[in-house]
Amino acid sequence: MEIKKTASAGTLESSDVMVTVSPNPEGGLKVSIDSPVLALYEEQMRKAVTDAAADAGVKDAEIALNDHGAIDCVIRARVMAALCRGAEEAYDWAKEDKEA
Amino acid sequence: MGKDALKRTSLYASGASPVNLLQARFYNEDCLVYDLEDSVPLAEKDAARHLVYNLIKYQRPAGKYVIVRVNGIYSEYIDEDLEAAVRCRPDAIRIPKVEYAKEVKRIDERISEIEEAAGIEHGSIELWCNIESYLGVLNAQEIATASERVVALALGAEDFTASMRSTRTKAGAEIFYARNAVLMACRFAGVEAVDAVFSDINDVEGLKNDVALTKNLGFDGKTVVHPRQIDVVNAAFTPSAKEIRYAKRVLEAVEEGKREHKGAVTLDGGMIDKPMELRARTTLAQAKAAGIEM
Repeated sequence: MEIKKTASAGTLESSDVMVTVSPNPEGGLKVSIDSPVLALYEEQMRKAVTDAAADAGVKDAEIALNDHGAIDCVIRARVMAALCRGAEEAYDWAKEDKEA
Repeated sequence: MGKDALKRTSLYASGASPVNLLQARFYNEDCLVYDLEDSVPLAEKDAARHLVYNLIKYQRPAGKYVIVRVNGIYSEYIDEDLEAAVRCRPDAIRIPKVEYAKEVKRIDERISEIEEAAGIEHGSIELWCNIESYLGVLNAQEIATASERVVALALGAEDFTASMRSTRTKAGAEIFYARNAVLMACRFAGVEAVDAVFSDINDVEGLKNDVALTKNLGFDGKTVVHPRQIDVVNAAFTPSAKEIRYAKRVLEAVEEGKREHKGAVTLDGGMIDKPMELRARTTLAQAKAAGIEM
């Protein structure tokens, strides 16, 4: 999946996270996180982001999180949605079937 | 959770809102409905699908019967909704605005295909069919028997009354026939009957009256739109101590009659017939399912 444009998913409400993705001309994943709980959970949040990007097959992107207390699976869901929007592609739900 | 799970209350939680979805698990509803349909704006359908999929897959609420309400059968979202919903393995998928058996069969076939592709046991995902139009009510019997996956029909009164050009009232005379028609279809098919929502979340007395009628008609549960409605509806569908005592006495009298080879059995001067025995067994089954020690 190739990120073609800047796109967002999520909200600034409590328990949610606003994720913005954009193409990364330098290559690779560049993740930035703004969160009130960054000091406690940065590693865990970064893992949720990179796992979601790997599952979506995205290798090159800038991913910015404005977090308002989202748990891992919400971060994962918002990253997935933002990546699909940025790539202008539907998610391949059968991906895990093929890996099983 | 399977077919024996209590289904007194099913609470909708919007797939557009993480906080709504996360909080819903902490209330006392028996069934939690993760909604992809009416509560989700068109521009958020894709994001809601990701949210519901990930929440059920990674944060499934323990002790609740988990349902995903997908978008309409003829909507552009239904295919992808099913792809995601089946793969996160809820207890059931709730289909809105079902009007014909062929629609249920088509969804059943698609679910079977996805189950097979994903390595999920065939038939493990159950179906709830929302009956929300005069056509749905007229065809309720064929809908309820269209697939072995169907375990419940749920009446949707707002859309039904719109299809009838009726005025929706709290007393509910305009849905009385629909309630009975759906209920009879459910009893014929051996599936659960779930009554329509009571929309005024601030009218607790109105809800109590409405759910008393729901229970007396014979429904197994009711859809709720707000957490504050849950305890009222659960209480109405949970047998009281007096009802349990009476049911036990009925069954004890029946057993005694069998032991003594009596043709007719009486209790407190009245004859116990087969329907009374059946009602007593239902009361005790409901009490047992609700976790009441007997």
